[in-house]
Amino acid sequence: MKILKTAAAAAVFVLAAQGAYAGATFDAVKAKGYVQCGVNTGLGGFSAPDDKGVWKGLDVDMCRAVAAAMFGDAGKFRLTPTTPQQRFTALQSGEIDILTRNTTQTLARDASLGLIGAGVNYYDGQGFIVTKKLGVKSAKELNGATVCVQPGTTTELNLADFFRANKMTFKPVVIEKMDEVVGAYASGRCDAYTTDISGLAATRATQLPNPDDHIILPEVISKEPLGPMVRQGDDQWLVLVRWALFAMIEAEELGVTSANVDEMLKSENPNIKRLLGVTPGMGKNLGVDEKWAYNIIKQVGNYGESFERNVGKGSPLKLERGVNALWTQGGLMYAWPVR
Amino acid sequence: MASNPMSGGQKAPARRLSWNDPDVRSVVYQIVALAAVGLIGWFLVSNTLYNLQTRNIASGFDFLSREAGFAIGEGPIPFEPSDTYARAILVGLLNTLRIAVIGIILATILGTIIGIARLSKNWLVAKLSSIYVEVVRNVPLLLQLFFWYAIITETMPGPRSAFHPLPGIFISNRGIKLPAPSDHFAFDLAGLGFLVALVLAVIVSHWARKRQDATGQPFPVWRTAIALVIGLPLLGWIIGGAPLELDVPRLQGFNFVGGATLTPEFAALLAGLVIYTAGFIAEVVRSGIQAVSHGQWEAAEALGLKRDQVLRLVILPQALRVIIPPMTSQYLNITKNSSLAVAIGYPDIVSVANTTLNQTGQAIEGILIIMAVYLTISLSISVFMNWYNKHIALVER
Repeated sequence: MKILKTAAAAAVFVLAAQGAYAGATFDAVKAKGYVQCGVNTGLGGFSAPDDKGVWKGLDVDMCRAVAAAMFGDAGKFRLTPTTPQQRFTALQSGEIDILTRNTTQTLARDASLGLIGAGVNYYDGQGFIVTKKLGVKSAKELNGATVCVQPGTTTELNLADFFRANKMTFKPVVIEKMDEVVGAYASGRCDAYTTDISGLAATRATQLPNPDDHIILPEVISKEPLGPMVRQGDDQWLVLVRWALFAMIEAEELGVTSANVDEMLKSENPNIKRLLGVTPGMGKNLGVDEKWAYNIIKQVGNYGESFERNVGKGSPLKLERGVNALWTQGGLMYAWPVR
Repeated sequence: MASNPMSGGQKAPARRLSWNDPDVRSVVYQIVALAAVGLIGWFLVSNTLYNLQTRNIASGFDFLSREAGFAIGEGPIPFEPSDTYARAILVGLLNTLRIAVIGIILATILGTIIGIARLSKNWLVAKLSSIYVEVVRNVPLLLQLFFWYAIITETMPGPRSAFHPLPGIFISNRGIKLPAPSDHFAFDLAGLGFLVALVLAVIVSHWARKRQDATGQPFPVWRTAIALVIGLPLLGWIIGGAPLELDVPRLQGFNFVGGATLTPEFAALLAGLVIYTAGFIAEVVRSGIQAVSHGQWEAAEALGLKRDQVLRLVILPQALRVIIPPMTSQYLNITKNSSLAVAIGYPDIVSVANTTLNQTGQAIEGILIIMAVYLTISLSISVFMNWYNKHIALVER
């Protein structure tokens, strides 16, 4: 009756697995002692290993911020590199706790995948990169072009929408692996390569042999609010992730940085006192230590610091703050009040 | 276990239902095994459905009728982003079939040539084919695909400085551009003529065989067939008014427009699959021919048959008996290996279905479609090859 035993074992396994996923993510993460984040397989500035093999980037910082809020230690995280195609399945199945993988928030993703967006940590838009010798100054001149693109993303849909809207035709060359698709563009198989503009900047700075031979066309053809996603069904976890992000933005607005956060503990500003847990209550609401935001700022930095270090002036990407500036400086970064 | 209502055995009244009866035991075991498999299957399906539902993940095949929104690089039927997912998957399926059918034909031809060359008495030819077989069989196919794709895209010039070997033909890293028949009634007639010629050729060969069996008179079947296949399309073209205009590709902007295209993705995939599989087919053909004993050649020649008749009537029928079954697996391999297309950007069924399941988030449905497609194609090839195998099997007396 070996087969019966096997069947019974299989049944028990499936039941047990089902039980494990049904549990609240917040408690599960607390119990295992680290946060498991799904990140990009390698996108400079967002999540990529540096020359020492340490993963760095805006999305990695998001993951570290959650770890700092949860455990008081920004090092208590593990990363799972995912392709565009694997990422949602990895989150749905419970393999990862948060998806911090430059993922665009859309209605369909919010409503039909069993997932939910927890905020926006980078406002991006899709653009095109072309070689200078092609002589094209605008994306509107790309009629008949061959365009390299990665599959399984909103990028592919925006590309088709843009050409349809402008009554132009194009030929897509759809290749899954990032290196291969950039290689196809670099070899001249395609006239243009399209993805989010931050990604184009990263590719130009780190993957193309002569960065000065390429220009990013001025048109931004889509809205790409990139941000962390979690599973539906655990609101406490969603709230913690959302506020880990807001804490970084709020800290920048209040002028609190990783360098001055200890001095700021003595600040008289009631907003700063609430944020840093000098006036207690906020941490209790979230179900974590009162020093949650202090730990984020001390160990990860505020949003501005993270931005400049990973994608801004202090990085090879050299991206402007643009729409990612604080709302007080004409940008879109706006944290809800910490009170 | 004195009695078991499930088991048969009513025929012999002396026989009692007993656990010691091997028939009873085997029936019980089979029922239990079947029930267990059914239970596991039911459990997996219901568990999946339950989990999808509790996690608010959409399921079902409704998405097939929604607008796809993405473009597909190439395909035998036109496709616009405003078409449905169902049509996108159809385009992917046709692309897979196209690569599989052309790949099977070319690999069979190349493999047969190499296999025969390996048996050649010419030392150089035999050694070269041995080296070919050993090299292509022992390098992973994915690497070979990357190799061919890189060769094509890296070494070919851009479209503005394309090679231009013959009027209307351009070779660049955008692929090979060829003049195509324009949209004229006469070319449709020519196509029709070609199909009619194929049917007539089959009928003539049957008739010729019957006549030879009855009267002993041979008939030049091959020459007739070739004349038909060339003559009838030509006739159709002339009846249609013998138009001379072709759809010639020309450079417009930074790409070619018009004409027919052989894209680098298709070419790299085809080259990779054909060259790789031909290595295996060569070995199959060689072993098949070597399996026929030399005495068959001598005996056939002693009967006064010509050399090509010996090969066609005596040696090949016996060799095919050995060749066909392993050949079937090679054909299945080509079909299944074509799914590596996703690595070099050829829009086959896997590539299109992957994009679809990503846009819709319905992974299980997408994977089911891919599996159903490959299962159907593979079973069709198997059924056809098994039928052919039976058809050519020697009738032993």
